[in-house]
Amino acid sequence: MIKNITIGQYFPTNSVIHRLDPRIKIIITFMFIVSLFFVTSFYPYFLILAFIALTIKLSRVPFKFVLKGLKPLLLIITITFLINIFMTKGEVVLSIGPLNITKEGIRQAVFMALRLIFLVMGTSLLTLTTSPISLTDGIEKLLSPLKRIGVPAHEIAMMMTIALRFIPTLLEETDKIMKAQMARGADFESGNIINRAKNLVPLLVPLFINAFRRADELAIAMEARCYRGGENRTRMKELKLNRNDIIAISFSLIFFIFIASTRYINIRSII
Amino acid sequence: MSDEMIRIENVSFEYESYGDKKPLKAVDNVSMTVEKGEYLVILGHNGSGKSTLAKLINGLLLPTKGDVFVKGINTKDKDRIWEIREIAGMVFQNPDNQLVATIVEEDVAFGPENLGVPPEEIRRRVDKALEIVEMSEYKKHAPHLLSGGQKQRVAIAGILAMKPECIILDEPTAMLDPIGRREIMNTLRKLNSEEKKTIIHITHHMDEAVEADRIIVMEKGKIVMEGTPREIFSQVEKIKELGLDVPQVTELAYELNKEGFNVPSNILTIEELVDAL
Repeated sequence: MIKNITIGQYFPTNSVIHRLDPRIKIIITFMFIVSLFFVTSFYPYFLILAFIALTIKLSRVPFKFVLKGLKPLLLIITITFLINIFMTKGEVVLSIGPLNITKEGIRQAVFMALRLIFLVMGTSLLTLTTSPISLTDGIEKLLSPLKRIGVPAHEIAMMMTIALRFIPTLLEETDKIMKAQMARGADFESGNIINRAKNLVPLLVPLFINAFRRADELAIAMEARCYRGGENRTRMKELKLNRNDIIAISFSLIFFIFIASTRYINIRSII
Repeated sequence: MSDEMIRIENVSFEYESYGDKKPLKAVDNVSMTVEKGEYLVILGHNGSGKSTLAKLINGLLLPTKGDVFVKGINTKDKDRIWEIREIAGMVFQNPDNQLVATIVEEDVAFGPENLGVPPEEIRRRVDKALEIVEMSEYKKHAPHLLSGGQKQRVAIAGILAMKPECIILDEPTAMLDPIGRREIMNTLRKLNSEEKKTIIHITHHMDEAVEADRIIVMEKGKIVMEGTPREIFSQVEKIKELGLDVPQVTELAYELNKEGFNVPSNILTIEELVDAL
């Protein structure tokens, strides 16, 4: 049923990773992404792989859920791989018609594909272990220093919360309208793509009108509950850093600085 | 005068019109008071101005003419409007459109968070409010997975957590099934008798009005009848003229009385009728 949808891909296990402060997790993910782009050789990849493996182990999220995150990006990864393998110039190992596969091409293709795979795995680990709500809280807190230069941190977080709150409600409504229109002979399934798009009009118009009406009522209800923006607002659950958060951020900081520095030092001469 | 919760003085309200249409007068020169701890029901069918009256009390709308006082504070006083909304909380018709957060307890916390209450105190208030509406076991649930009656009780808890003295409910049962309606009615009864909250319940269901201390019937923006449920429902003819229904039992007793049976015409519950027969 449409009612049982889950938002995002949060996988609750209440592990150490899950209990980390969302701000810390966002920062670590950010450092992870940045350091990935510093990597120029294959060796640091082993370390990154070890880091991801350790995180997955600690989070107790089944490995196949992490891999699932790769699925939608499979096409992009494949295209990147193919472009790199055929377009890089160098020592030719194999020719297929006009296309040449070079040694450098193979290296570059594998390298880029791995980078993309790590990128997706790292970021999906964030959304797998952090509920949308704490993610929103974390974003609000992280953005709040930027309020001074006019970034509406609280408003962004509030919008995200309301969007999350109303996705299931609107889905349910779509389902209802669809059935009501089908009962009156509307056809959503046959015809070519243009006809199908046209047939969506009787679904979208009532959906939009209702969404606006809901927004209006919600605004009044929020005002009746004394909502007046982020000023002087308190939170029931204050985010607090504890020992684990400090350990996680310190370890990650050192780790990623090391990963990034491999670009500038010859790692083979150290090992 | 300390027992007075709300005073409405010669209030009129007109909705702005567009084009050539005459402005719509939703509330027309209404005066009334609500006592502290009272359970007041405002009856009337669609377009009688009862919802507008509710929004006027809460300061969501300001009167075109006249004044509304909540515990002596005029709703026109812009600096104290939040104080008014803290004293007089409001629950709306559609439970879906008044829940803000994706988790029940977060939503209940929304009001006190807006008031700037310290975190530990919010926690206490949220737990207490959920306990009163008997939704404690659902505090970690997502609102969209609850039934209509449950959602509406969460909405009531959200208001309770702001510690209002008065709760205004604008047709809280209109979108609920009979089970949901019963849940809400039980909650309201409890709020009034145990929590000593002043309740203003706006409805068009007659059977929900039976338990009120006082009923006000509105028609075309005016108060047309006022009194205890017994006084109101004994005037079966007049109520029918206004296009409203009386509770089924009352009507039965009234018809029996008219046919010459020795039954009082102001019966409100089935038990009373059984006793009288």
